[in-house]
Amino acid sequence: MAKLRPVTIDANEAVASVAYRLSEVAAIYPITPSSSMGELADEWAARGKTNVFGSVPTIVEMQSEGGAAGAVHGALQTGSLAVTFTASQGLLLMIPTMYKLAGELVPFVMHVAARTVATHALSIFGDHSDVMAVRQTGFAMLCASTVQEAQDLACIAHAATLRARVPFVHFFDGFRTSHEVCKIEPLGDDDLTAMVDRDLVEAHRRRALTPDRPVLRGSAQNPDVFFQAREASNPFHDACPQIVAETMAAFAARTGRSYAPFEYHGAADAERVVVVMGSGGSTVRSAVDHLVAEGEKVGLVLVRLYRPFATQRFVDALPATVRAIAVLDRTKEPGAPAEPLCLDVMAALQTAEQEGRTAWSRAPQVVGGRFGLSSKEFTPAMAIAVFDHLRQPRPRHGFTVGITDDVTHHSIAYDRAFRLPIEGCTEAVFFGLGADGTVSANKNTIKILGEETEQHTQGYFVYDSKKSGAITISHLRFSPQRFEAPYLVQKASFVACHQFGFLDRYDVLAYADRGATVLLNAPYPAEEVFDRLPLEVQQQIVADDLRVFAIDAAAVAAAAGVGGRINTIMQVCFFATAKVLPLDLAIRSIKGAIQKSYDKKGEEIVRRNFDAVDRALQMLHEIRRPTAATSTTRRSPTVPAAAPEFVQRVTAAMLAGQGDLLPCSAFPPDGTWPMATSQWEKRGIANAIPVWDPAVCIQCNKCAVMCPHAAIRAKVYAEPDPALPAQPWRGAEFAGQHYTIQVAPDDCTGCGLCVQVCPAKDKTNPRHKAIDMTPLAPVRDRERARFAAFLALPEVDRAAVQKLDVRGSQLLQPLFEYSGACAGCGETSYIKLLTQLFGDRLLIANATGCSSIYGGNLPTTPYAVDRNGRGPAWANSLFEDNAEFGLGMRLSVDFLAARSKQLLRVLAPLLDAELLVSELLTSEPRTEAYIASQRQRVAELRTRLASIAVAEARELTMLADYLVPKSVWLVGGDGWAFDIGYGGLDHVLSMAHDVNVLVLDTEVYSNTGGQASKATPLGAAAKFASKGKAVDKKDLGLMALHYGHVYVASIAIGANDAHTVRVLREAEAHKGPSLVIAYSPCIAHGYDLVFGGDQQKRAVQSGVWPLFRYDPSQADLGEPPLVVDVPAGTLPVAEYMRNEARFRMVEKIDPQAFKRYANGAQTAAARRIAVYQHIAQLRFPALQRPTPEKSGE
Amino acid sequence: MDLSTDYLGLKLPHPFIAGASPLADDLDRVRRYEDEGIAAVVLRSLFEEQIRNESLAHHDASFRHADAHGEASSYLPDTEGCVFGPDEYLAHLHAVKQAVDIPVIASLNGCTEGGWIDYAKKMAAAGADAIELNLYDVATDPRRGAAELEASAFAIVQSVARSIAIPVAVKLSPFYTSLPHFAQRLATAGTKGLVLFNRFFEPDLDVEALEVRMHMDWSTPHELLLRLRWLALLSASIDVDFAVSGGVHRPLDAVKALLCGADAVQLVAALLRGGPGTCATLRDGLSDWLHVHGYDSLAQMRGAMDARHTEDRHAFERANYLRLLQTYRLA
Repeated sequence: MAKLRPVTIDANEAVASVAYRLSEVAAIYPITPSSSMGELADEWAARGKTNVFGSVPTIVEMQSEGGAAGAVHGALQTGSLAVTFTASQGLLLMIPTMYKLAGELVPFVMHVAARTVATHALSIFGDHSDVMAVRQTGFAMLCASTVQEAQDLACIAHAATLRARVPFVHFFDGFRTSHEVCKIEPLGDDDLTAMVDRDLVEAHRRRALTPDRPVLRGSAQNPDVFFQAREASNPFHDACPQIVAETMAAFAARTGRSYAPFEYHGAADAERVVVVMGSGGSTVRSAVDHLVAEGEKVGLVLVRLYRPFATQRFVDALPATVRAIAVLDRTKEPGAPAEPLCLDVMAALQTAEQEGRTAWSRAPQVVGGRFGLSSKEFTPAMAIAVFDHLRQPRPRHGFTVGITDDVTHHSIAYDRAFRLPIEGCTEAVFFGLGADGTVSANKNTIKILGEETEQHTQGYFVYDSKKSGAITISHLRFSPQRFEAPYLVQKASFVACHQFGFLDRYDVLAYADRGATVLLNAPYPAEEVFDRLPLEVQQQIVADDLRVFAIDAAAVAAAAGVGGRINTIMQVCFFATAKVLPLDLAIRSIKGAIQKSYDKKGEEIVRRNFDAVDRALQMLHEIRRPTAATSTTRRSPTVPAAAPEFVQRVTAAMLAGQGDLLPCSAFPPDGTWPMATSQWEKRGIANAIPVWDPAVCIQCNKCAVMCPHAAIRAKVYAEPDPALPAQPWRGAEFAGQHYTIQVAPDDCTGCGLCVQVCPAKDKTNPRHKAIDMTPLAPVRDRERARFAAFLALPEVDRAAVQKLDVRGSQLLQPLFEYSGACAGCGETSYIKLLTQLFGDRLLIANATGCSSIYGGNLPTTPYAVDRNGRGPAWANSLFEDNAEFGLGMRLSVDFLAARSKQLLRVLAPLLDAELLVSELLTSEPRTEAYIASQRQRVAELRTRLASIAVAEARELTMLADYLVPKSVWLVGGDGWAFDIGYGGLDHVLSMAHDVNVLVLDTEVYSNTGGQASKATPLGAAAKFASKGKAVDKKDLGLMALHYGHVYVASIAIGANDAHTVRVLREAEAHKGPSLVIAYSPCIAHGYDLVFGGDQQKRAVQSGVWPLFRYDPSQADLGEPPLVVDVPAGTLPVAEYMRNEARFRMVEKIDPQAFKRYANGAQTAAARRIAVYQHIAQLRFPALQRPTPEKSGE
Repeated sequence: MDLSTDYLGLKLPHPFIAGASPLADDLDRVRRYEDEGIAAVVLRSLFEEQIRNESLAHHDASFRHADAHGEASSYLPDTEGCVFGPDEYLAHLHAVKQAVDIPVIASLNGCTEGGWIDYAKKMAAAGADAIELNLYDVATDPRRGAAELEASAFAIVQSVARSIAIPVAVKLSPFYTSLPHFAQRLATAGTKGLVLFNRFFEPDLDVEALEVRMHMDWSTPHELLLRLRWLALLSASIDVDFAVSGGVHRPLDAVKALLCGADAVQLVAALLRGGPGTCATLRDGLSDWLHVHGYDSLAQMRGAMDARHTEDRHAFERANYLRLLQTYRLA
């Protein structure tokens, strides 16, 4: 067999490659960090790639992980080799089926990129809390600790399951392993073929359910037999470890790479041993090597086969000399006597002890410890601290390492300054902006070094939580020797900062080792660069003898016409300065990669990037290094001095990248987090911002309503402020007052939507509008001052805004501001508007997805409060349960409102305020005037209650705010509403409770990278529908409309903002369930979102997105409840489609298919319009609408 | 009646061909035109600039967000076959060639020298029977004079003609200071035919929104007159084939163009407006006219009214103009 060349890939790709080639059916559902495994499988199938059996596997995307598990169960039971990939909550949704699969002894492997299960907070990062939640299902569990291992154990799992007939979970650490790019030895088809016994595949086929040899499975058993039948499968689980060991041996014989269910590493006479599973094992191994070299008696047992737990194998793996064992679990089980791996170790030792099968004279002491939750760094220093801890006569059981626990004092200390050098290893760190291509370039660099040299390579990439203006930090290592280092680079010999502004915000050079090379992208001539650096940076350059190179990459990019993607430019500079590869070879390789990556994108892209490469070398300069720092400016404080104490103490540390240093006491223990902290994070990510010209403005407020980030605002106010440009307010309600539009220069993302939507043009120069995009730098200070003055103006009195249309609504304070959503996001303007209309009495149940990430991903929170401290109460439960979660909020709010009314009635005789009580108990339409007057009555009530000394008065004092109506909104994306949460949503809509549903329909799973949902339209390319979705989107509105009592509407703010405002108000006013489906342009649609509003218009005009309102109350008036608001069908659907890459790429691939889809979409649009118009003609008898049993109103 | 004609070395049974337009975007429609007897078809122009712009826009849309967030390294599927280049056009050209037996002429509007040559070569390789170079360009740079622009166009035509074996035609606009001079130069550059004339997208204004609106109306017979003049003048002195494009709607329009020296008659608006049967109507009408007027063949009549054969060579140039003015004064 020919040895294959090494490949440079991450574990997800390595595992997916094996799984794909050994499977026939894959049912999948996207979830971070496992999504790319399913995506790759889908891509390969779309390209016709065959498995080792010579056929193309069938890949299906399901509506949830529960659905995926069900589908593979069916495929397996009917004789196919099936596979799935998942993580975290997804794995938990599979648990019921997993019991079935294990109980039925079905050979099967699921690959899990292990990820934190959401508790007090969601986390996309890695630990074992998900896999530990399935250890009881009867699945075998095989854990890989490196990228190479992940590939190899994937193969071993697929081979072993066929023989063992026990299904396998093969898992590896999410992100740390799943996303680490690494050079590995690949497995060829012949390797996989050799490992899989065809007879066992046939045996699996013979067990298939088929009417030709029928059997029955899934019977229901009674007490007489269930127990015995359950025990009858014991031999299979008993035999499994031996089968795994033998399969590993066969694998070693073929590949030379040896694995064992438990692997010991360390001193033969070790007294202190750590037991660990996953990537942490590599870290402990490094620590062991270091300590053993220093003469210490330490060792490691790396657990690979966790289930079935082979007790004797484990005991045999330990040296007889062991005195103390620390079992490290990457999970937490509150209330348990120990974490799961520790419990297993304890039980195994106890059992072996009792049975006399141990080699030691005195049983070792065993303690458990926790590490690495949510991908918390686990370094050699921490591992050494654990070994040190085991020296103590009574080491603490239940310790933690890697954090400072100043609450319960479980943490053990470690030497933060300690570094374990990796022999011969070059380490490099790169700071980049999400959009500048730094990570892509570094992945490519790793590939070049891995494939052009004998070096071993590793790349790991850290992203922040923002979707726009995000910072990325790339950690690269390469070494002539093989190495394992699953932790971040601590000190690097090369540090690059691809955005000059980061030097002012982050301690970039903290990564620089003494004498390191530093590469800066600086928008200044080389001779000015040093003087432009903050004092701290200059000081470190001088003190640590750093060699600094600079290039004006933006200028090079502009000259070459490659836009903001400075990736190839900085990559050239890296090779030119780091000298890790002969430069000519590096340039050739970079150009080869450009050709390969961009060839499909067109010759022009390739040409421009080649040009950028050539120009880069000419523009790279080493900068002079004076002997002393001379700057008079220091790095800016992370947050302004005016920020609240919590923001200063906690948020600022997180923003500065110092969150790891915060102790437990810094945090609320239940996940509760302060509101309105995004205002303190002045990101300044826009290159250009809108600037207002009052002379041209017509006061329509369209800019403000369209802004996704609440970064352009309108105010009307009585007292003029000389610092602010203003014009007289045009309108009766605030006659004589002043009006100003103002941008928040540091919060604007520069998306340009506001300018695009602005209808006010200068009559003599229509190119000039009431707002124009203007380069930020020259106007920043002026606009900062103006924005500060603007914020200082009083907010408009909500009750004074008579007309709550687009114009009026934008005078209300937005209580959702400066989120980390993408520039031009199509979702957030709806949420912002919601908070303007109802924000001070709003509860939001938010399904997991983009809206929960930009809504609640730390460090900062965009939901804000008004001057009275009121604002949206927001919570995210899960992806799948959001409708139910929101319903629960409504039930509770209604109950507490009813309770407060009950108390009010009880207390009425004591209050001596008959009119007040009567008015408090009278429900009125929920106008701002009513809300304001009700709040006044509540205040008066509280005053009166203060003098009444009975328990009911105290209780009512607490509950009285519930006498003011609350607005409950269930917010989420189409993935939630159309797919995973549809069952719950449908149930909630079927009831009478007053909940409002806002579906932010991007027509794909946006947050996980654009996978198709049932909302994906006909002909759109999306992941899992790469050649175009073959069926049209589900008409969720029409389905809900059939209930009759549900207010249903379809809106598109860019197409008709007035309609959007009207619908949200009507939905809220409707006393019953409301469903509002909002067209939300998304980066996954493949066009510049500055045109999001225009494209919404096209969607409406073409009939693809009809605007309608179905208001059940109209039936009571004898009117048709359905109104189709905008005549559609005036634009061919194909013209709408051709403006978005998601459709256009289908035309590129297969013009005939596109034509079919376009025709189909045209027909579907016509049919939809016909149906709606038909219903719009219908008058119904007044509906006997169900009413909730309890209502607070 | 013998209506046969030679155009760009292609033997056509009659002069009516489908001009460059979206008409040929649809394979079924091209087949239908063939069934109805159209003599050849010109595909719509491949605009290099459009391809470049779309590829840049697509690249930006997909790469701007790549590797920028932990949850997703991309937001659009990485689909094989989604190539931004001339491939879509070439595949269609190839498909049209496979679908019909009539000559298929590709049309090209480049924006770089490399693009003109490279795309022309690819069109030839994809089976085009001839290429129509669409010199559509709106000169906007005040620093570039007429001589420079014409020299540039000459160089392009010469490069393309030298780099491919199939015949090259050039579609011109009427807006040249000396059209005969430029046309003569193009003939020496290797072009086998001239197409008179291109029709520009003419921007209109929305005076309410203060915006420019792009639109293009169908041609009308009125536009024929300009073409007749230049056909008559150029065909008399320049030894290349001529096609008329724009303004032929009725048989008599075609008769006039042919009399002025056209070898082929390109139809777009007439086909769009007239629907099925238009080609037959025109062909029969031409045949009838020739018959009624005693011609034995189209060849006999073609060019009979060009500048060489009219009584006064200058009739097309100035006399008509004077006469009209005088008529106006007298009235």
